[in-house]
Amino acid sequence: MKAVRRVTGRVAILDRPDVDTDQIVPKQFLKRIGRTGYGDVLFFDWRYDEQGQPRQGFALNDPAFAGAKVLLAGRNFGCGSSREHAAWALSDYGFDVVIAPSFGDIFRTNAGKTGLVAIVLPEREVKGLMESVDLDRGSELTVDLEARTVTAPDGRVLGFEFDETTRHRLLHGLDDIDLTLEHADEIAAYEAAHPSPVDTAAL
Amino acid sequence: MGKTLFEKIWEAHVVREPPGEPALLWVDLHLVHEVTSPQAFEGLRLAGRRVRRPDLTLATMDHNVPTLPGPITDPLARAQLDALRSNCEEFGVPLYATGSGREGIVHVIGPELGLTQPGLTIVCGDSHTSTHGAFGALAFGIGTSEVEHVLATQTLGQRRPKSMLVRFEGEAARGVTAKDLILGAIGQLGVAGGVGHVLEYAGAAIRGFSLESRMTICNMSIEAGARAGLVAPDETTFAYLEGRPGSPTGAAWERALDRWRALPSDPAAVYDSEVEIDVASLAPQVTWGTNPGMVVPVTGRVPDPAESADPDDRAAAERALDYMGLRPGTPIQEIRIDRVFIGSCTNARIEDLRIAAEIVAGKKVAPGVKALVVPGSAQVKAHAEADGLDRLFTDAGFEWRNAGCSMCLGMNPDVLAPGERCASTSNRNFEGRQGPGGRTHLVSPAMAAAAALAGHFVDVRELDA
Repeated sequence: MKAVRRVTGRVAILDRPDVDTDQIVPKQFLKRIGRTGYGDVLFFDWRYDEQGQPRQGFALNDPAFAGAKVLLAGRNFGCGSSREHAAWALSDYGFDVVIAPSFGDIFRTNAGKTGLVAIVLPEREVKGLMESVDLDRGSELTVDLEARTVTAPDGRVLGFEFDETTRHRLLHGLDDIDLTLEHADEIAAYEAAHPSPVDTAAL
Repeated sequence: MGKTLFEKIWEAHVVREPPGEPALLWVDLHLVHEVTSPQAFEGLRLAGRRVRRPDLTLATMDHNVPTLPGPITDPLARAQLDALRSNCEEFGVPLYATGSGREGIVHVIGPELGLTQPGLTIVCGDSHTSTHGAFGALAFGIGTSEVEHVLATQTLGQRRPKSMLVRFEGEAARGVTAKDLILGAIGQLGVAGGVGHVLEYAGAAIRGFSLESRMTICNMSIEAGARAGLVAPDETTFAYLEGRPGSPTGAAWERALDRWRALPSDPAAVYDSEVEIDVASLAPQVTWGTNPGMVVPVTGRVPDPAESADPDDRAAAERALDYMGLRPGTPIQEIRIDRVFIGSCTNARIEDLRIAAEIVAGKKVAPGVKALVVPGSAQVKAHAEADGLDRLFTDAGFEWRNAGCSMCLGMNPDVLAPGERCASTSNRNFEGRQGPGGRTHLVSPAMAAAAALAGHFVDVRELDA
């Protein structure tokens, strides 16, 4: 996983509540066996019509949001399915950060595991950021994961809270499995002391 | 202070829990399917890692398998299934492949094989893993990076969630089923009401339910935003498990019973929050919108977005009605349907099929309606056929298919055409879930069967007893 410290970039706005992962990556693209290339199909059914043409009025088709690195989203973003493809697709499209009033639990975990920074801010602050970006379209925003701050296009600085363990891993681009295997002795001790109630090989 | 069922399971599985850091939990059972695992196996290969405990891991094929016999024509689906097969061979993971006789939806086969047991931690790269909580197991869905982590270490880092007690009080009317209870609860809690929580379902209605009905309830915990939902194990649970292939036998069975009987929450246990659902006042439920919280009683009408106080909710309701092709104020029972889907990890077990079959027996599907029954597993299918349920369905004009996830998410050829409206026993009515442009109304198996016959939604309580 690549390290993330500070991101400065354009902002896209998707002001809808309860955006589910079925919308972020529709199921017809889940048959692939790789982790890359999902940016092209991000929000596919919202982005393109039946003829494959970009739909007018959908946020990511707005030229002012082209090349955005930060997505401002509505509450409960990423609810529903566990598909990690949703986080892969947002990253592959070019987003490094998603800011929302709340997230679906599994999506938020997936984001933290794959290098996508999912930041929770109070709803009125997210709405405030959306308004200031809307007034100054194409403007940039800075997210500093080290300092835990968001600097709005108008210069206001907002602090945010972030899971310390995830932040440490993101800041240093650490592999989750490597970190766990530092405690291999404790895992082995637990394993030895707890015989398994099931055996899938013995059915 | 007493402990909750959740706390007892959690504490028994902590490998380490340093202050301020997530706990590292031992995983007793890891279920795997073709869609969310290929990248995890590839990660293991790239890092030169093995699967730590193949004997605690079980794979099956469910999400994209066709439900009609014959070869798989979709090259991508075939490649993904081939990848699962070769990954399982390479890493020594037991696999119930299509045709093995034990394949099926991952959340249906775990319980029917007796692998899903009280007190276990169970994970799977699928959000409906919460289903297994019906046995008093702590079961939740994970992403592919976590799948890889569990394959490599048999553990998972987790922050301790909050607990919420959901009490279903009162007696359900005839025709009101587990599906209606959980849809009613999601309507009350909202689709984010359970975020950050483990739900424990309790109350007389839950106690009176079969394990299959409890699975329907726990299955949809994620639709309220909760990663896991559970029900305390009791004699009903033990009776379900006794004699299944994965269940303990002899002295081990007696020891297991002693452990399982100690699991239910202590009387003095404290939850972070509690909600009560009034079961007696619940009618059969029908969703009208594009998330499971957009739900009304079958006696109700499509709501008017103008009545939403919150501007975001209002805009979402307007979008949903536009997508669903519905007008505010339309009586639910006047909504006509094109398709019926009876299936999914929510409602494709033998009890669900029996309820639906009883309603359609000797009757005919309404002209113009295409109706599909997809059993949850090969074993459910065989059981239903032995009982003659398949004939009741096919005589009524339903198609009877092989097991799989099928039209719940339409990764296989079973999809809605744009604009088609479906009464579905599945768990998600998201836009495009059953096919791009398709319109999904979530209902119970009884309600789906009755809608198939009438061609529109009807109140199953008014059918002849």
